[in-house]
Amino acid sequence: MYNNLSIRQKQIVWAWAFLAIPVLFYVVIRFYPTANAILISFQNWNLLGSRTWAGAENYIKLFNDPVFWQVFRNTFVYLLLGTPISLVISFIIAYHLDQLRFMHGFLRMLYFLPFMTSAVAMAWVWRWFYQPVPIGLFNNFLASVGIPQVEFLRSTTNALPSVLAPAVWAGLGFQIIIFMAGLRAIPRSYYEAARIDGVSTWTVLWEITLPLLKPTIVFIVVFSSIGFLRIFDHVFNMTTNDPGGPLNSTEPLVLMIYDTAFNGFDMGYAAAQTVVLFVVLLLVSLLQLRILRDR
Amino acid sequence: MSIKKLKGWALATAAGAATMFASAAHAVEIEYWQYFFDARVTAMEKLIANFEASNPDITVKMTTFPYADYRTKVAAAIPAGEGPDVVQLFYGWLNDYVEAQLIQPLPADVFAPAQIEADFFPMVQAMRAGDNYWALPTAVRSLSLFYNERLFEEAGITEPPKTLDEMVAAAKKLTKRDGAGNLTQVGITAGMNAQDHHWFREVLVRQFGGDPYLDDYKTVNYNSDAGRKALDFYTGLVKKDEVTAFGFMDEPQAAFKAGRAGMHIDGSFRIGSLKKTRGLKWGVTELPAGPDGTRSNYSSYWVNAITTKAEGEKYDAAVKFMQYVTSDEAMQIWLDVVGELPAKPSVGMTDANANDPVFGPFIRGLAYAHTTKFVNESAQRQVLMDMVQRVDIQGQSVADSLTEAAAAEQKLLDDYYASN
Repeated sequence: MYNNLSIRQKQIVWAWAFLAIPVLFYVVIRFYPTANAILISFQNWNLLGSRTWAGAENYIKLFNDPVFWQVFRNTFVYLLLGTPISLVISFIIAYHLDQLRFMHGFLRMLYFLPFMTSAVAMAWVWRWFYQPVPIGLFNNFLASVGIPQVEFLRSTTNALPSVLAPAVWAGLGFQIIIFMAGLRAIPRSYYEAARIDGVSTWTVLWEITLPLLKPTIVFIVVFSSIGFLRIFDHVFNMTTNDPGGPLNSTEPLVLMIYDTAFNGFDMGYAAAQTVVLFVVLLLVSLLQLRILRDR
Repeated sequence: MSIKKLKGWALATAAGAATMFASAAHAVEIEYWQYFFDARVTAMEKLIANFEASNPDITVKMTTFPYADYRTKVAAAIPAGEGPDVVQLFYGWLNDYVEAQLIQPLPADVFAPAQIEADFFPMVQAMRAGDNYWALPTAVRSLSLFYNERLFEEAGITEPPKTLDEMVAAAKKLTKRDGAGNLTQVGITAGMNAQDHHWFREVLVRQFGGDPYLDDYKTVNYNSDAGRKALDFYTGLVKKDEVTAFGFMDEPQAAFKAGRAGMHIDGSFRIGSLKKTRGLKWGVTELPAGPDGTRSNYSSYWVNAITTKAEGEKYDAAVKFMQYVTSDEAMQIWLDVVGELPAKPSVGMTDANANDPVFGPFIRGLAYAHTTKFVNESAQRQVLMDMVQRVDIQGQSVADSLTEAAAAEQKLLDDYYASN
């Protein structure tokens, strides 16, 4: 039978033969659990007993849960603060680093180092930085110059930005590297032409550099948005005494999912939250691709 | 262990091993599961060795898992006919395990409820459902007041406080501030995230004349005069007496370990890590008595139960094994190796144990301890953490915050009992 196939058909058979392994892998590891999670979101299950049908009960509960809406808001605060701030900072650093020759490699490494550091270790160190006197680095400094202490983590207003700061810092290295690669990819001749025409530095930046960096910016925005929407390890490790606290002011969606699933053992409710997160991630990514795509 | 005993034990082991080989064909193997914690594994290995020596026809295979995966693994294995015959679980999970038919009741002829109630400390009664006990602990935990002996000496306090008033007075002497008024040493640690939520629920509320729960822990009852007085006292440690700060040095136990806290309320499981802390001289005393002299304590424990997988001769072997791990001998081994308290007065209240300078206060506390029937301990703890934070950070009144907390916890209980 195989012999009767045309060359083109044979090529397709072989292509599928090689694709079978990754496809199978994805079906078992990704698609099946995803479908299962969606199914569980319509059921009640405590991990031990049998699953019982719940209809839309979990979603109704979610809609009426004030904690969920607070968590939902927090998640978007992480996104709306984190993504622009890290984008601007990493661009500024990459832009200047690109023009610098002195100790270029060493500086680049310094910026990249936090990205390689374990988020858990980093979160714990920052958590200690933020403590009040006598162990907190920042507050000890403030106290030594006679300024009243700042409650970084034990405050409903300061806690979220305090948790976000190291997360932004940790992601910078990666974004800087991507930006620098993007900058290098812009042909020199454009800049030379601009210089011959006597164009100002600002115009070069606005008219040449940024427009040509658009694919890079799209990539970084989508990538870091997804990262901030599913922020977990920094928050969890900096607030382990009161995960997502104080008073849920730092709790992101993923932490709520984790808590519902593995402390409350309410798998159906956790799955419903997961489905909401999935939809949010999907919508945000599609929206960004659409907005930032070339018109 | 005396030489004679050691010899006897060695002989028994050798004999046991010999018969085991001889009767290998008839050997029953049962599986035991617990979560991984070094000292508990060592202790259980010892118990298994002793048990196998006296029951040569039974072998016990122990499997351990990281704490985080434990429940998932058990839940997946038993219905599939795999996994343990005897399993360790947290007392608060019992309901879920019974509902899911993962465990079976202990046979009433061997584990007679009346006998158990006579033999064990009273809080173990939470493991009874109907005419049977479903699970039994080898060891239990309770709370005590740890104090830093060096700081006590420095502040001129000669003996540990016996009442709440004495405790506050001592705490005032132990508190230190820098020039700007920032706390650098606290009189007593405070934080609902550690053991204080148990102290509040089962101890303070009762000491101020209340009963924290009604209907077998299905109804929250601390939103009362007693509850308000208790919360007033607790938040007053920060606001009125100014002897501590919530979240001082990140974690209460960290502050105590670092020698920056005069007193600290914690469980018997903290003893091991405090013993390893160099340069820290500490003592333990019973939790201070309330204004009218009431004493109370909170106890929690891990229990062992027979799973529904065990049938026939494995079931018989599992029953024998359960008998051994709840015996006086096993409890003494557990105390010596793990440092967890015996679950029976016959072992705990021996002169040597009850007067032990370290274990004594914990063991004496068991006599009047209560065990909260949690439906979701971490969520119920969160309610009390939020309650204190609303007072501390947002300036809400004690009465309002308490009312809000009681409603939130009642909702958790209602939701759980409605679906189970």
